[in-house]
Amino acid sequence: MSFAEKFSPEVTRNAVERAQRATEDDVRSAIASGAPDLVTAAALLSPAASTIIEELGWTAHRLTVERFGKTIALYAPLYLSNDCVCTCTYCGFSMGLDIKRRTLRIDEVMREARALTGHGFRNILLVSSEHPKYVNEGYLAQCVSEVKRATSYVALEVAAAETAEYGAYVDAGCDGIVLYQETYDPHVYAQHHLGGPKKKYAWRMGALERAARAGVRHLGAGALLGLADWRFEGLALLQHARYLQKHAWRSQLNVSFPRINPAASGFRPQHPVSDAALVQLVCALRIALPTAGIVLSTRETATLRDRLVKLGITHMSAGSSTEPGGYSEPGSAGEQFHLEDTRTPEQVARRLIELGYDPVFKDWENVAPHTVPAPIATRVAGI
Amino acid sequence: MTDLLALGGRTFSSRLIIGTGKFSSPEVMADALAASGTEMVTVALRRVDLDAPVNSITDFIDPSKYLILPNTSGAADAQEAIRLARLARAAGLPPWIKVEVIPDPRYLMPDPVETLKACEVLVREGFVVLPYIHADPVLAKRLEEIGTAAVMPLAAPIGSGRGLKMEAAIAIIIEQATVPVVVDAGLGVPSHAAAAMEMGADAVLVNTAIATAAHPARMAHAFKLAVEAGRAGRLAGRAPELPIASASSPLTGFLHSVE
Repeated sequence: MSFAEKFSPEVTRNAVERAQRATEDDVRSAIASGAPDLVTAAALLSPAASTIIEELGWTAHRLTVERFGKTIALYAPLYLSNDCVCTCTYCGFSMGLDIKRRTLRIDEVMREARALTGHGFRNILLVSSEHPKYVNEGYLAQCVSEVKRATSYVALEVAAAETAEYGAYVDAGCDGIVLYQETYDPHVYAQHHLGGPKKKYAWRMGALERAARAGVRHLGAGALLGLADWRFEGLALLQHARYLQKHAWRSQLNVSFPRINPAASGFRPQHPVSDAALVQLVCALRIALPTAGIVLSTRETATLRDRLVKLGITHMSAGSSTEPGGYSEPGSAGEQFHLEDTRTPEQVARRLIELGYDPVFKDWENVAPHTVPAPIATRVAGI
Repeated sequence: MTDLLALGGRTFSSRLIIGTGKFSSPEVMADALAASGTEMVTVALRRVDLDAPVNSITDFIDPSKYLILPNTSGAADAQEAIRLARLARAAGLPPWIKVEVIPDPRYLMPDPVETLKACEVLVREGFVVLPYIHADPVLAKRLEEIGTAAVMPLAAPIGSGRGLKMEAAIAIIIEQATVPVVVDAGLGVPSHAAAAMEMGADAVLVNTAIATAAHPARMAHAFKLAVEAGRAGRLAGRAPELPIASASSPLTGFLHSVE
């Protein structure tokens, strides 16, 4: 059974409702047990949990250090295109918005990639809006295989695809697929995804399963906070994550839950999420998912990012630009959303060292067959 | 009396191998290595940046003091492990390889079938091969037969710090082995390492317990002492373990009593 068939928004909403009455002791037993079921997991997201947030914080910190040590993996997004056929209320690339549009040529992509590797990045996330004509399978596979020559880890955050397309990306060297559901509430989803292929809620929900079937080694699931109640989104994301860990057991899972930032669309979230709520989500998801990576983008402020490091974050972007061509030619195209942490990668890395964490730029080796030397004996024999 | 560990055609006076992941900085790692007295340090090739040597962990590991043991962390099948090993050798690292084939990123359990396949190829290619395995006595013998330099059974799930959970199976591996047995993964405190050495392990490998301790260098030193104590205890020949001392109220004493 796919996650889209298994997931029940009603059951999830009811669990969130019931957890309004959870006590501090309920939360403590959820912490101790790792919250294996929906009821205990909802307790971690409850108002009662926010009253003992320090206990959640220390548990989350301990679990993170045990599993990941005192390290933070650094990555950078590389925007390929902002040409888009989808109408999404919150997005700066939404079709119909009057922004400068651009899809990078391969040589422009490589210029961006070199700008990033020059800062030390070896983990590059290729991001694109949805445009079947400009940003198709062939273009994306070519971007992956070319960028892979410059770095050791390449992931894609692009339109949801069929299993066969994911297979083509894997063959091109793609190490990860990042795809956020945005909101797990189907009604809210319909209110915000008004046109284009992204309208299909269930199709999107199955994308990471399809990617795993195609052999993608790293999966990134997530929710865009601000569209629906954050407790509901957190509990839904947790269920999705656990489903993927069981069914896509060969793939490493990361989760992320960015808050909506101002974009050209002028969108204002109906369910704004406070810093306290974000902290509670980080802690709750760490306790319930001790082996998943938690990714934090530069949408958050430098001050908050520094504090979240100790609570469960394992991956951070740094020095990001959200416009195509933004590293080598800033201002040449519209940005997807506005960034808060504008420090350079070097400044972020230095700050992590001050905080007692090792900034890790490289944590993956490229083992595509054509990149690896033949065994020594074979080469001597000249075969 | 010198008590050296013979492994892969070399000898080592330290029986503590250190892993290099999870440290808060390369400097903290280097201090821990020094305090541990280790002579062999394992490094994940995935973390070594051959294009940016300045950031590379290997810059903090003096090859004149430590043998660098590259590992294939990140490999999910035999082919990937083989390619990583070849990459390491081509990059000028020693032709030693700790084979880790781990298809499951959550519990990090080694794949016995793919590990055996990878080791067969790498032994043929002339590597000194040290496979990380489950505490599976039959697999250990199979690996030994194809020519691995050691076997490295896990004591408990990696990073768990739970100690010798696989004790019964590790005891069989040690009893049957003709190559060194290195207990790897799951040792959480120095007493776990001492217990492994007392059981007859030839060496132990420790990473998380040192890297994530409050004071890594002090913990590294504590593991050094524990490994030495456990080894010395093993060599000293332990006093027999008796099930019980003489009972204070014998159950069968009445048979001898004269009333």
